[in-house]
Order: sequence, then structure tokens, then C-alpha cells
Amino acid sequence: MKKLNELKLSQKAKINKILTSGDMRRRFIDIGLIENTVVECVGISPQGDPKAYLIRGAVIAIRNEDSKEILIQEI
Amino acid sequence: MGLTAFSTGKHTKSEELIIKKKKATDKIIAIAGNPNVGKSTVFNALTGMNQHTGNWAGKTVTNAQGYCKHKNDSYVLVDIPGTYSLFAHSKEEEIARNFICFGGAEKTVVICDATCLERNLNLVLQTLEITENVVVCVNLLDQAKKKGIKIDLNGLSKKLGVNVIGTIARKKKTLDNLLYAISNQKTNRNVYKVTYPIIVEQAVSILQDEIEKMVQGKLNSRWLSLNLLSLNESFLEEIKAYLQFDILENPKISQKLCQAKDMLESYGVTEENLNDIIASSVVASSEEICKDIITFKTTTNKDIDRRLDKIFTSKKFGYPIMILLLLAVFWITITGANYISQMLSLLFGFIESKLQDLLQFWNTPPLLHDIIIEGIYRVPALVVSVMLPPMAIFFPLFTILEDSGYLPRIAFNLDKPFKSCHSCGKQALTMCMGFGCNAAGVVGCRIIDSKRERLLSIATNSLVPCNGRFPTIIAIISMFFITIGGFLGEFLSAVLLTTFILLSILMTFVSTKFLSNTFLKGAPSSYTLEMPPYRKPQFLQVLVRSVFDRTLFVLGRSLSVAVPAGFIIWCMANISVNGNSLLLICSDFLDPIASLIGLDGTILIAFILGFPANEIVIPIILMGYLQNGTLTEISSLSVIKEILISNGWTVKTAICTIIFSLFHWPCSTTVLTIKKESGSIKWTILSVLLPTVIGAMICFLINLIFL
Repeated sequence: MKKLNELKLSQKAKINKILTSGDMRRRFIDIGLIENTVVECVGISPQGDPKAYLIRGAVIAIRNEDSKEILIQEI
Repeated sequence: MGLTAFSTGKHTKSEELIIKKKKATDKIIAIAGNPNVGKSTVFNALTGMNQHTGNWAGKTVTNAQGYCKHKNDSYVLVDIPGTYSLFAHSKEEEIARNFICFGGAEKTVVICDATCLERNLNLVLQTLEITENVVVCVNLLDQAKKKGIKIDLNGLSKKLGVNVIGTIARKKKTLDNLLYAISNQKTNRNVYKVTYPIIVEQAVSILQDEIEKMVQGKLNSRWLSLNLLSLNESFLEEIKAYLQFDILENPKISQKLCQAKDMLESYGVTEENLNDIIASSVVASSEEICKDIITFKTTTNKDIDRRLDKIFTSKKFGYPIMILLLLAVFWITITGANYISQMLSLLFGFIESKLQDLLQFWNTPPLLHDIIIEGIYRVPALVVSVMLPPMAIFFPLFTILEDSGYLPRIAFNLDKPFKSCHSCGKQALTMCMGFGCNAAGVVGCRIIDSKRERLLSIATNSLVPCNGRFPTIIAIISMFFITIGGFLGEFLSAVLLTTFILLSILMTFVSTKFLSNTFLKGAPSSYTLEMPPYRKPQFLQVLVRSVFDRTLFVLGRSLSVAVPAGFIIWCMANISVNGNSLLLICSDFLDPIASLIGLDGTILIAFILGFPANEIVIPIILMGYLQNGTLTEISSLSVIKEILISNGWTVKTAICTIIFSLFHWPCSTTVLTIKKESGSIKWTILSVLLPTVIGAMICFLINLIFL
């Protein structure tokens, strides 16, 4: 299954599963990343990490090492 | 940045809850909301206060308080830090949660961003779990409209069962409705409750009745039951302190709790699992509510943000644009300041001659005359004419950048470099704040979740020069390095200044890395960073705010320091011990140390006396020199330069003074703030030593090379 960090610029996907645990997991849920949420990659920083995602109307930057813990489903 | 407005409150638990009422009947209103939804703007508009606002998440880090009146009622408004949720991951979330739970607010206003209402509803629903006295304020309606988002406010109000008010915080009229809703008595409507999966609801119902008996309405029993089940240790302590008894000590409750937990476990719901279920249910409820409330029209406006982001964060242009913007800001600052400085020094020369006439007219004794003119008058005059103009121009420019939403993009671009120093991009934000005021930058470090990274940012914050130090550097640059005037001269000065700033940013990276490998070992933590939409800055507002909020404040502060400092330096120069003036004795004493780092005793004295306010360093240096020699009227930078050169300044002295101005001990306000924020003397000492040692080392090396 694909991971969130593999999403290319302007690509969209559905969240499938969050593998992280603890605080970061809670943070992800708080910003609205739950199953079936549609996200879009809208920005990549000059060095390729972090990337910015459009999540429920807000743009949020997440580091690749964290976003690779989120499994996605292409749509 | 708004040193005027930030309350450098300690974040000890008791202190953050102290509300200063003007009258005993004042009602407390909490202003909550996600980060960067315009809370501070609403707060300012309602209270007429000048809490600094900026377009980035985490602007308000302390509880600011203000007062307002509506009809016969008076209110204390408390602006609490922006949070996404009340589940408390970070210090600011903890403060927000504690205030909503225990702050005793009559009403809690939850401010939402209309452009991403769904995410914002998350906090609304969580707040509704704690208290039903909520007013929802849907802010930034104008921006939502531009993006083609339409919100059915009435429908939302019906669903939530509380008042929903739409506002455009920058337009004061829309806020009247909000005030009306705040003053409105509670309506008996059914307040929306998040529905959890049936197993969780059952577990709650096992506990709820027993808990209701215990807390007797002091806290919401349903919400407390959920919290007991998901067991948040630190929060249980807070609840215990608030209720003044340990709820778990009650045998009935602990028995019921066991029963509920066993039941959950039998269905395979663990603690971690339950947290997930609770949080996800809230998110899902928000989604459900928004389904019929929000309609989207497709517009091109959203694309503008994306296009801007593509440029500002692009591989090719991301970093160059950052440097060019820095350069542009300095260029405008230097050019503008030149004009104002020239006019001001003419004005002060004129005032000085009139003041002398007046003193002569009054037959003032010569001693008093000297004290007044050479001591008390000249230092403040120099502060105002040479130091204030660059500050007065830089500050609004910086605020415009902040307002536009560009700063979070800097944090985005610099995250990777900071991460390689085991820190995070948010340090870029606090570093940028440091350019305005280091003390504000240090307070801003609260937006950083990890304690280690927060300490890193605090300790390295004064490595970037604040608004009060720029003028010193600019003055020396235009006296010693870029002596040609006009367009080209101003441009080259800006280039040189930018180079020095880049050096200070480089030192920030180097020392962050150094600290990460020595005193503050650890791996970089995870984080998320919100990138707000770009906004057109409110130029007029920025200007007004900068003048009243900042310039006048800095003026007042430097004058209150400059006058006594001028007096001290005059006394030191005129009180003699064994035929030598005190000033001479002190500077002779400091000379050996100072000359090691390319300075002289007088410069070092000036830096020491400049501890309360950096902007008085150059004026004090001049006063020190003038006391030893003949009295000259200071009318322009070229005269100042002559004075400096006749006192032994060379290019080397100039470079070393610039470097030492970049890297030396933080000002007194910053030191006190560091003490408060880090809560430890050890880190305060480290934060003072770090820049001082760096500055001394670089100056020492320069001194060796130029010998």
C-alpha cells in the first residue's frame, strides 16, 4: 500500500490507516486525518521535506518521516 | 513582537488562571479557537487593546486579558492560545484546556475560521462537551466568500444548539452581534453532543450517575467520565486540584470505573484504542454537521495561494526569495531612516542651541548646565535621531511580512536545515520574531512542543539581532564601510547588513547543532505546521499599530534608560579619584580585556550600560569619548565618525563592534523572559554565555588576523 509521503504534487488520495502511535497519532486525528479523509499534496519544501497537504480545508506541513506512517489509497 | 502587550506570565499552574477583574461583577469571557483564526483580532476589536496579531499559527502564547462593556454589563475577556483540540499535547493546549475547564468563564467564545470550518468545529464540539455556555463565532467570512465557500449560519446554530455569529473581525460592525450574543442569557436549547460508538456510550453511562453525585455540577459529568476512561494522568491531577478531592479515592467510583473498563476490554477496546475512538468520533461528527451547512463554489482564488506557494517554496527560488526579501526590507529601512535621521538631527541641534540659550538666560550654574546638556539631553537626543528611525521603519515592514502569511513559509523552507541540527522549522518562526524583539521571540518559543527543542530555540534566540540592535549596525556600516551616499550607497549598505544577518542566522544553526550535541542531546521530534492562507496586509492598521504600539513604547523605554545612563556617564567622567575620572579608571580597567577582542574600554562600558536597552550603545560610546575631549555638536554621522576616529577607531574596531553587537549578552528584558520561560537559572546562564562567548571568540579571531 502507498504511503502519504509518496504522494506527488497535486495528487489526491484517501487516508487508509495511521500506523503511528502516541502523541503524533492523536495530533493527526485532531487535524482531521481519519480513515477515508481525502488529502491532497499541495507543496514541497525546497529540500523535498517536509511536504504540505490540504486536509479538510487547511494546509498542513508534515515531515516525510511522519507521513510515511500514514497509509493511503489512491483515488 | 508586541513587547507592549505580551504579559510575560509565568506558566505555573496557579498563575495562568489569575484573572484581574476591574469590578467584582465583571463577567469572565474566554476567547478560544484554532491557531490563526483571528482570535487576537477579534479580541483587540472588542477590547480596544493592541494585542499583537500576525498571520501565523501560535501568535498568542500567553493569556492576554482585556475589558469591554456592553449595555450594563462589563466583561473581562481572556484571549487563550490557539489550539486544535483540548486533548493537550503541548503547553499551549494544556493552558487552553485548563482555562476552559477551570477558568470559571461565564461564556466561552469559540472563534472559527470560515475557510476551514469543519476542522474548527472539532474544537467547538470538544468545548461543548465541557460547557454549554458557548458562543460560536465564524470569523473570516470575507475570505471564505472569496474562496467560494458559503456557510449556513442559522442551520449551524440549530444543529449546535448555541448561538452562531458570523464576523469579519476587521470590520467592527459585525462584532456588535457577537457582543450581543455574549450578553444574551442562556437559551434553553438542546446542545449538540457528540455520539460515540455504543460500547463507549455504555461505559460512560455506567460511570456518569455516580460521578454526577460527586462533582455536583462543578464539572460536566459525561465529559469527566470519558476522561476517566481514557485516563490522562496529568489531567487527573488538575481535576483533583480543582475539585480539592481525589475522585478515584471514592470506592464506588473506582469500582464502577473497573466495571466500565472491563466491559470495554471485553469488546477489545484498549486505552489507546479508546482515545482514537473518542477523537475520531469528534472529527466524524464535525464532518457530519458540515455536510448540509457548507456549500462550495469553485473559484480561482484558492489557486492563487497554491501558485504563490509554488514560487515561495520552490526548489530554485525558495531560498533566494527569502534572502531577497530580507535585503529589500533592509534597503527600505536604511533609505527611509536616512531621511528621517537627517531631519531629526537638525531638529535636535536646533533644540540644543535653544536649550543652551534658555539655561544661560536662567543663569544656570555651569555644573548643572553641563549635566543637563552633556549628560541628560544628548544621550536621548542621539537615541531618537540615530537609533529610532531605522526601528520605526523596520518594524512595520516586518509586521507586513508577518501579516501576509509569509513567515510560516520560511518555517516550511527551513525545516530540513533545522532538523539536521536536531531542531524544527518552528525555530525559524521564533528566530524571525527575534528580529523584532528577542524577548518576544523567547516567549514565542512556546509554540514548540518538544521541551528540548524549545530550550534550543530559547537559548539561540538572541543570536539574531533585534530591532534595537539594527540601528547600531546600520550606523557603523554607513560610517565605515559604505561611505558613498545616494541610491547605490544605500543598496550596498543593505547588502552588507544582509550579509551580517546571514552570519547571525548561520551562527544560530551552528550553535543549535552544538547544543544538540552537548547540553541538549536528543533526536528531532515530530511536528505539524499549519500554513495559513496568504492575506493582504492591512497597511494602515500596521502603520498605526507600529507607531503607537511599538515605536512610542521603544521610545519611552530607551528614554527612561537613556536619561539615567547619560547621567551616569557624565558623573563617571566628572567625578575624579586621584586626578583620574571614574570613566577613565573604568575604561582603563576594561581596556586590556576589550583590546583582546578589538574593542576599547569605553565601547565595553557602553555595552554594559546598554544592558537594559541595546539602542543606547552608540550614544553612550559617543558620550564617553566626548567627555574626555572637547565638546562638539553632533549634527551628522560624519561628525560622529570623526569623533570615533579621533578616539582610535579603525575598520577593525568597526567590524568588532558590529560583531559584538550581533553576539553579546541579551538585554535585561530578554534575560528575565528567558528565566521565566525556561524556568531554570542554568539555561538562563547558558543563554547569556552562548552569544557572549561566540561574539568574544569571533572578535578575538578578527583581532588576531588584523593585528
